[in-house]
Amino acid sequence: MFRLEARTSTPAWFNLALPLLAIAVALVLCSGLIAVAGAGVIEAYGVMLSASLGDSYAITETLVRAAPMIFTGLAVAIAFRAKFWNIGAEGQLLAGAVASCAVGAIPMPGYLAMLLMALAGAAAGAVVALVPATLRVKFKVDDVVSSLLLNSVIYYALMALIEGPWKDTFSGYPLSPPIEDSANFPVLIEGTRLHLGVVVALIAAPLCWFLIARTTLGFRIRVTGENPEAARYGGINVQRVLLSTALLSGALAGLAGVGEVGGVHFQVMSDISPGYGYSGIVVAMLARLNPLGVVPAAIFLAAVMTGAEAMSRATGVPAFLSDVIQGTALLAMLVALLFTAYRIRRVGASA
Amino acid sequence: MSAVFEQIFQVGFLAAIIRIATPLAFATLGEMFSERAGVLNLGIEGIMLLSAMAGFTAASLSGSLWLGVLVAVLVGALMGALHALFTVALGLSQHVCGIGVTLFSSGLAYFLYRLIFGQQSVPPSIDGFKPVPIPILSDIPILGPAVFNQFTLVYLAIVAIPLAAFVLYRTPWGLSVRMVGENPRAADSAGVSVIATRFQAVILGGALMGLAGAFLTMAQFNAFTFGVVSGRGWVAIALVVFGRWDPWRSAGAALLFAFVDALQLRMQASGLGHIPYEAFLMLPFIFTIIAMAFMSRNAVAPSALLKPFRREER
Repeated sequence: MFRLEARTSTPAWFNLALPLLAIAVALVLCSGLIAVAGAGVIEAYGVMLSASLGDSYAITETLVRAAPMIFTGLAVAIAFRAKFWNIGAEGQLLAGAVASCAVGAIPMPGYLAMLLMALAGAAAGAVVALVPATLRVKFKVDDVVSSLLLNSVIYYALMALIEGPWKDTFSGYPLSPPIEDSANFPVLIEGTRLHLGVVVALIAAPLCWFLIARTTLGFRIRVTGENPEAARYGGINVQRVLLSTALLSGALAGLAGVGEVGGVHFQVMSDISPGYGYSGIVVAMLARLNPLGVVPAAIFLAAVMTGAEAMSRATGVPAFLSDVIQGTALLAMLVALLFTAYRIRRVGASA
Repeated sequence: MSAVFEQIFQVGFLAAIIRIATPLAFATLGEMFSERAGVLNLGIEGIMLLSAMAGFTAASLSGSLWLGVLVAVLVGALMGALHALFTVALGLSQHVCGIGVTLFSSGLAYFLYRLIFGQQSVPPSIDGFKPVPIPILSDIPILGPAVFNQFTLVYLAIVAIPLAAFVLYRTPWGLSVRMVGENPRAADSAGVSVIATRFQAVILGGALMGLAGAFLTMAQFNAFTFGVVSGRGWVAIALVVFGRWDPWRSAGAALLFAFVDALQLRMQASGLGHIPYEAFLMLPFIFTIIAMAFMSRNAVAPSALLKPFRREER
């Protein structure tokens, strides 16, 4: 007989084992879809792996795609640490993209432009995230729903811009004017798309880890999330911590948009984000809300996305498999997290 | 001003409002049942998409529209059961699970659609539902042709609203739903199974979301496209809040939104408006967020919303 028992502590190796377990479960479940599509499972996953991580060019492509999800993953991880339920990374990303695009279109020296784009994008994301946080702190409005609904507001605002004042008068396509050439983020390896923003994303993760694990603000964020009563009792201004968390989280999500504008698309269009904001939730959960874990988690999702396209060309299995893997991995991870709260213990037959 | 009134009281315009409101009414009622039982279902966007795809596929392969509706409803109920499994049985966080269900279902919908229909330049379409005029009632001037010369699914939505109110407020099961959403501990003491009731409410909600999806691909557009739901699920989330978790108010909110949407489409088509149409599409979200701030949400929302129930934790 087996029995579920509440756990008082979780061993450290769980942080690595649970996401790996969730990913394995997701890949096994989704192999059924590959089989249904009439392709070999090993072959399909093999193509996926080699096309995403098999050579140096593939790795750079995967990293380029991972960068926005590192930022949104960090945004969600930090917000969820404080139990500020920011489902709005998608909208914050879009706001960051719009703001950085507006700044990048102004002629000025390149490095100044990039710096100002980053600042503008981060500020725009932060302002958007501040809305649900303020509503929660001042009016007790549920942040899950308000942050989610803001995504639609920002999306339509972006659409209004690119179909209105920003619309390309020549082609008539809903695209913003491109940013200045000098504002394009420098490519780090000739012949690839690996841009400066990717490196910034990779540096941002350890910085966020340091902030959460080693600074006073990080301590306040953690205590606010784990036990707001204790935080209040200990003299922490919980409302202020929530607002600071929102600013930080929104700024990170905004930077995801900056990287897409400055390093990948050089303009804004309606599908600039294929749901990177929602993927950020998957990334953050797989990372167990640890900023350092966000990097491998984002690289995993990016590899699945890049690999799925090659797999589709080679085997005919629809590339949308990557979306299913993403959703399944999130759900599997949530179930796997139960192992942190409970353990299965073998008990005698008489019990 | 009179020109505006002429626009509004055209039969075509009223009929358009009803058609836009119908899937929203189904989806909103579905979300409302789920939330009244204490379970936020952010899977709605994906559930609607997967049901829309499944219903369309079943209808186009079998040639039977009603079989398509049945399949859509069953798929919706099944995805509701999946969400309930995670959030009710396992007690996992509702918002993250909901996003997971949406990502999973929409991914699955895209995947299966591409697998079954391949990549075609013009999306395959079906011969969808035709309006069925109701004798006598459809002869009423203006209102008749607009409301009583509609798809059968529209009549179903019109019946579903009072029925939902009746079930929620006048039946023992509705009382159980409200109890487990407000005070699951008390419901448990009174002998109501919190787990079972929540499961039932979320599954019923999923089935209604499935009906919403079925309407989109089998009556409104007669085809499945990747953007067929395009945020209608999120609109429903907003309308439930705006409608204060009440069937009548929620349906009213759906009608109000449909009016704004139809107006926006008219203005876009006539090229009259100087206001970008996106401004109209934003309105329900902005109004809902403002309304949430004003109505001191705690007094209106089901108290146990977002809170998992574990019997052993006292």
